[in-house]
Amino acid sequence: MTGKEAFLRLLKNMVQESPADQTEAILLTEDSSLTRFADSAVHQHVAEVNQTLILRVVWGKRIAVVTTNTFQPSSIKKILQKANSLAKVQHPNDEFISLPGPRPIPRIGTFSKNIRRLTPNGKVKTIKDILTLVKKGGLKASGAFSNGEVEVAVVNSLGVDAYQKFSDLFLHLIVENDKSSGYASFVSRDPDQLNVDALAQEAISKTSKEEPFQIEPGEYEVILEPYAVSELLSFLGYLGFHALAVQEGRSFFSNRFGEKMADEKVTIYDDGLDPEGLQVPFDFEGIPKRKVVFFDRGVAKEVTYDSFTGGREGKESTGHGLIAPNTAGPIPINLFMKAGESSLEEMIRSVRKGIYVTRFHYTNVVEPMNTVITGMTRDGTFLIEEGEIKRPIKNLRFTESILKALSQVTAISRDRKVCSEGTVYSRRFVTGTVVPAIKVEGFNFSGVSAL
Amino acid sequence: MKAFVENILDVAKLKGVPYADIRIVRRQNEEIEVKNGKVEALIHDEDVGFGIRILFQGAWGFACSSKVTKREMEAVFAKALKIAKASSKVKGIEIMLPSSSPVIDQYRTPVSIDPFDIAPETKLNLLLHADEIIRRNKKVKISEAFMGSYKTEKIFASTEGSYVDQEIVECGAGIAATAIEGSEVQVRSYPNSFRGNFATQGYEWIEKLGLQTEAERMAEEASQLLSAKPCPSKITTLILDHSQLALQIHESIGHPIELDRILGTEASYAGTSFLKPEMVGRFRYGSELVNIFADATQPGGLGTFGYDDEGIKAQRVPIIFKGILANLLTSRETAHHLGKESNGTMRADGWNRIPLIRMTNINLEPGDWTLEQMIADTEDGLFLTTNRSWSIDDKRINFQFGTEIGWEIKGGKLGEMVKNPTYTGITPNFWNSCDAIANRDHWQMWGTPNCGKGEPGQVAHVGHGAAPARFRNVQVGVMK
Repeated sequence: MTGKEAFLRLLKNMVQESPADQTEAILLTEDSSLTRFADSAVHQHVAEVNQTLILRVVWGKRIAVVTTNTFQPSSIKKILQKANSLAKVQHPNDEFISLPGPRPIPRIGTFSKNIRRLTPNGKVKTIKDILTLVKKGGLKASGAFSNGEVEVAVVNSLGVDAYQKFSDLFLHLIVENDKSSGYASFVSRDPDQLNVDALAQEAISKTSKEEPFQIEPGEYEVILEPYAVSELLSFLGYLGFHALAVQEGRSFFSNRFGEKMADEKVTIYDDGLDPEGLQVPFDFEGIPKRKVVFFDRGVAKEVTYDSFTGGREGKESTGHGLIAPNTAGPIPINLFMKAGESSLEEMIRSVRKGIYVTRFHYTNVVEPMNTVITGMTRDGTFLIEEGEIKRPIKNLRFTESILKALSQVTAISRDRKVCSEGTVYSRRFVTGTVVPAIKVEGFNFSGVSAL
Repeated sequence: MKAFVENILDVAKLKGVPYADIRIVRRQNEEIEVKNGKVEALIHDEDVGFGIRILFQGAWGFACSSKVTKREMEAVFAKALKIAKASSKVKGIEIMLPSSSPVIDQYRTPVSIDPFDIAPETKLNLLLHADEIIRRNKKVKISEAFMGSYKTEKIFASTEGSYVDQEIVECGAGIAATAIEGSEVQVRSYPNSFRGNFATQGYEWIEKLGLQTEAERMAEEASQLLSAKPCPSKITTLILDHSQLALQIHESIGHPIELDRILGTEASYAGTSFLKPEMVGRFRYGSELVNIFADATQPGGLGTFGYDDEGIKAQRVPIIFKGILANLLTSRETAHHLGKESNGTMRADGWNRIPLIRMTNINLEPGDWTLEQMIADTEDGLFLTTNRSWSIDDKRINFQFGTEIGWEIKGGKLGEMVKNPTYTGITPNFWNSCDAIANRDHWQMWGTPNCGKGEPGQVAHVGHGAAPARFRNVQVGVMK
């Protein structure tokens, strides 16, 4: 890893040498490893060291971005030339006001030295322990165990000067027999928080020796575990919890602020500084994270901003800028749902006939304004009858409006879980949602997975 | 660079490693996004690094770095060896690679105009003009245009003596019109949704797309959709245009035939498959009309290359022949499950990822019909085009798709436009219900630049050739 002083020195030199009106430089480093296992054996085991520089230059209102992972102090001039030559052929964006100025960054710890204990041998040993537990139940396991160290620095010509070092690990586990499968996952910045026994038992508890039976699609009362709730919140974040979607009129929040859109038990917010989640002190523009409440007891309240969307409305960024050029909008990445008052057991006991869902799979948007999404259940779907989980059922397809579901929430668990998919397709930056289990009246299942 | 490569392979041999390979990859991307008359993104991305894969004590180890130096290669080799040794403590069946003759060769995507030789101003002007045409329609609130140019230079070398040098050039573009009225949002995209259509071709591909020509139609259709009637909910006859059929092939044939998924090695993330190796040669996947080839040699296909990332030459392989499953996508490690050699489908998303079995160009062979004949021969049904959403279960059995637009078919003629069309089905039932496929004149390649798989995540660029096709007894209008 490069280290704070060297990082900031490199970026400040670059910004100072830039002839552009405004310049922003972001440096990301990654030193990570991921161990995959399937059929109770390690089959893929990889490690990566990488560093990426993202340079945004502004000439008047002309903006260009250059990204590279090949840079030495001697090549800075060439990178600057490339960015500036692109900016000069750019067309001006009249809505651009300015890069952000500096604001005080909260001092929080996001790095645990213990992460270095996760050596290849150490991780393989942990996996072996899991496999031993799983084997006792006559089951096979697959999953992934990953650890990483990430550094992020943001410097701009207006004085922004932010640096943070992160550690992270995630482990997700699927256990299965020939009839069923179960899932559990863990994410943290500190490996000491990992309880392998509890994780394995959670996944094992979702399996059954009983053949799952097929139930008719239709509307059912459901209990959604935090993994499934996390997926619903992430879609809301992408579809409408941010200013760009509202400004473009494609958010479900458009023209509905102040309106009660969800049950009053539902409060959803983003908070990068809440220690219950995976904390992130500042965004990719170097702006400190501010708590943003989307639903306050069911009422639509506010959305996230970056400097560009804030500039359009004369507002300050809420610290939700993503890596430039971000055309998707300031999508929130530290989502929370407020806990309720029920235990999961109480919630199950209150269901006369319903479905228990562990997680969703391959969800996608059907109608964005109505927040209709579709997807499958996976790794632990059960029929609840007379207050008890009775038997496993075949996976179901759901097609449902998230907002409709949130308006029919009848109970929320008091325990919450940090859920994360780990890294997805781009640069490593592990974040998570903190969510409870919820009980929803009338959730629509539109099909069943069966040959 | 060759000296670095030879050095590290010599180190591997000296250490007694039975097999090692190295890939050095340099990628350049240039992407431009225009929205509502403004250039929202103009980005140039350059990425270089190398990855070393080692087979030791019957287990794989992989490590990589962005610092392409002799010293770093030696350090990364040592890390990969350590990883392989650790992995071998919890290995399954010992991995054996069948012997392979070394290949020394080069491959270059044939292009007339290198997209990186075209000035950014020219590209910007093309996109801004198309965007401006879209915005002439007042019901359109968001106009978008995108263009991407990609160049990958990669060297593959192995301890078996292979040394393959390739340069893959890709580009693509597209436009989208989003009409909004109250809470109604409707999108029309050309030539395809999610940024357009992509190919292993030069800038000549972009010039032929006709973005400006189609911009007005996209805007008009998006605005018409605002007041179109909802897709009916019923079981009916479905005709899919080739762009939607491309994604249908991708999700319900392309992924299930990946042998690594079938063997369970993707179970923890994307899932497995309803297929088993023993179903090859026996399983009726579709009707007699359904013939599918995996063709990495298809000129211009987004899944076209010279050699895969194990140094296996690009091939054209029958996958489904007259409706019967004939083959699967394989690697050197997995092909023996079929008693065959690899059919060359291992590709990695850059230097920092290991190769996985990926689709190449998974193409549906054309049939005998014209689209007009197919519609005229349909008494009642729906004609759908341009994907809007997709979802399929972890075994690739139950799928649901949404498209941007559809038209009713009544009495052999296209009727009223319908909005928010969706359809759902069970994979083999659906393909067995195929009773007409349009002919070669309607057949077209579609590039899918966003195929996800693996952990850490990898995005592959793959292709699908298709002509419009007809399916009977399909559930449409889900959740109505």
